[in-house]
Amino acid sequence: MRILVVEDDLEAQRYLVNGLRESGHVVDDASDGEVGQTLALSRQYDVAIIDRMLPGLDGLKLVAEIREHGNTMPVLILSALSEIDDRVKGLKAGGDDYLTKPYAFAELLARIEALMRRRQPASVKTQLQVGDLELDLLTRTAKRNGSAIDLQPREFRLLEYLMRHAGQVVTRTMLLESVWEYHFDPQTNVIDVHISRLRAKIDKGFEAPLLHTVRGAGYMIRARA
Amino acid sequence: MRAPRIFRTLAFRIVAVYLAVFALSAAAIVAFTYWSTARALNAQTDQIVDTDISGLDERYERLGLAGLTEAIVNRSAHGGAALYLLADTDHRPIVGNLDSWPSLSRHGGNLVEFDYERRVGGHNEQHRARGREFTLTGGFELLVARDIAERYETERLFSTTLPWTVLLMVLLGLIGGILISRNFLVRLDVINRTSRDIMAGDLSRRLPFGQGGDEFDTLVANLNRMLERTERLMRGMREVTDSIAHDLRTPLNRLRNRLEGVLNGGGAQGAVRDEIEAAVDETDRLIGTFNALLLIAEAEAGVAREKMQPVDLRRIVEGVVELYAPLADEKEISLTLLPSGSAIVPCNPSLVSQALANLIDNAIKYTPTGGKATIAIQNTPAGTALSVADSGPGIAPEDRTRVIERFVRLEASRHSPGTGLGLSLVAAVARLHDAKFELGDNRPGLKATLVFSTGAKHPQPAAQLPPPRVAVKG
Repeated sequence: MRILVVEDDLEAQRYLVNGLRESGHVVDDASDGEVGQTLALSRQYDVAIIDRMLPGLDGLKLVAEIREHGNTMPVLILSALSEIDDRVKGLKAGGDDYLTKPYAFAELLARIEALMRRRQPASVKTQLQVGDLELDLLTRTAKRNGSAIDLQPREFRLLEYLMRHAGQVVTRTMLLESVWEYHFDPQTNVIDVHISRLRAKIDKGFEAPLLHTVRGAGYMIRARA
Repeated sequence: MRAPRIFRTLAFRIVAVYLAVFALSAAAIVAFTYWSTARALNAQTDQIVDTDISGLDERYERLGLAGLTEAIVNRSAHGGAALYLLADTDHRPIVGNLDSWPSLSRHGGNLVEFDYERRVGGHNEQHRARGREFTLTGGFELLVARDIAERYETERLFSTTLPWTVLLMVLLGLIGGILISRNFLVRLDVINRTSRDIMAGDLSRRLPFGQGGDEFDTLVANLNRMLERTERLMRGMREVTDSIAHDLRTPLNRLRNRLEGVLNGGGAQGAVRDEIEAAVDETDRLIGTFNALLLIAEAEAGVAREKMQPVDLRRIVEGVVELYAPLADEKEISLTLLPSGSAIVPCNPSLVSQALANLIDNAIKYTPTGGKATIAIQNTPAGTALSVADSGPGIAPEDRTRVIERFVRLEASRHSPGTGLGLSLVAAVARLHDAKFELGDNRPGLKATLVFSTGAKHPQPAAQLPPPRVAVKG
């Protein structure tokens, strides 16, 4: 995958670029907004990571410019700002996701992989399947190996999100934001408890677990490879 | 019942005091004028009477009783204001223009005043007279006086008009006062209303000027200058927060990146790896504290006030309760949301959710296994009360204000995880919403209550919200 990184803090940029390259991505970098814009408009990328505060052309303006040129590549905005409504401003400017610094690299990686996945034509699915676990989005029912699993509405949404990102790491923050729509950090890790309940429902009594914990990052649902 | 508002205004009170002073002094002036006029008139009457007497006295000296009688007859015939009566020892009239000896009221010495019947145009009138009384040799009594009805008329006029004059003065002043204070009220109302709107969020607004450049306009100008300053300070505070956020987050980001880099690079093994992982966790805690502080600063500065919208508090609470239900379940704490109707409150849903999450998190953290935590929404006269009550150890009354301060953690909780900012954030969110945050006794346990005032400050929309979803019980 080709990734554009526009970040003016050179050390953060170097770290980001190295990390992404190690994860097997092709990365172009720019340290100011104008260079970033030239790159974004002249080459094809699968995703762009843009810092909010950039010399030359501000990050939000850069995103708006890119969008004005009809470019729809997914954009993740990185921000060291704190304001409560900053996220809203970022998303309004045309960003697809918003991550506040400092971030864990695993969080960033999980998010850009989710963004790149989203880009692929979203076929209207009514059924999700991972291994022998099936989720029917119309009847809102789940089955594993043919037997029905009783899920609470929120558990269903949680499982749906995990299955839509099957094979990808999904972080706790991503779950809190997407499934619960909360943008704050609960003091206790409540998500872990929700996951362990879900795990008890879908994996208990089966030989091959589907819901895996990814150390230092989050969770992943995946059939045995 | 309270007095109408106009009577409670400062302008009206000033007018009332002024009016009272004015009425009193006017009454005093009128009374003094009356008194001195009466005195002058009396003195004049006395002088005339005395002249008369000295004339009569001279005749009496010269011609004796007969001369005096003649003079009295002559003088009485004039029929003017002069009155004479010569009587014998038993007060039987001998000569004079009075029909009978009147009953006298004495005014010191031989000075007397009396009432008598006077014939005016065919009928009798009661008149008053003033003069002197003498006893002549041989026991004869002589009364020389003058009719003072005219003076009496003036006196009567004075005393009947005085209350009316004062009343009229009071009435006119009252009307003037009402008009003046209404004018004041209208202008003050505009200033008050605009100030309230500004306090509710929009700091860029300014108070309107009148036409005149009067004291009110000076006040408005001063208030506007104050607003200007407040706005500048708020903007400054925002900029400072932003730059602190940026300048601290960037190195924190690098620090975390480097540590993670070591971990991911696989260079660290065993004990070193554990240490680095602990350092990453420590960094995350630092970031957590830092974020919480920034959020409190933002909430306190009222930055998010513009983001207020009328939201059903019930829905917010259901969401957070549902999020924490499994956690409570795991600790065998029964987490219950008491039934209630919807409660529309103007608020920032994200911040209120976070504040409530902090309260529920605390309740679960400090309640021992098997305890309970109860969340309730109630409509009270003071507003909509949202309470989180637990059966934990509670907080001693003397510590309750202290725990709301930043970084204060009581000895008992020093070793459990947390930033020590949870309750400070709740307090800041409460302040942002003009809500009251109270920590009370749940006997046993802690009862934290947030009271959102549902005053007319934020108009509620007429739109109907869908009924609340069914809560998921933990």
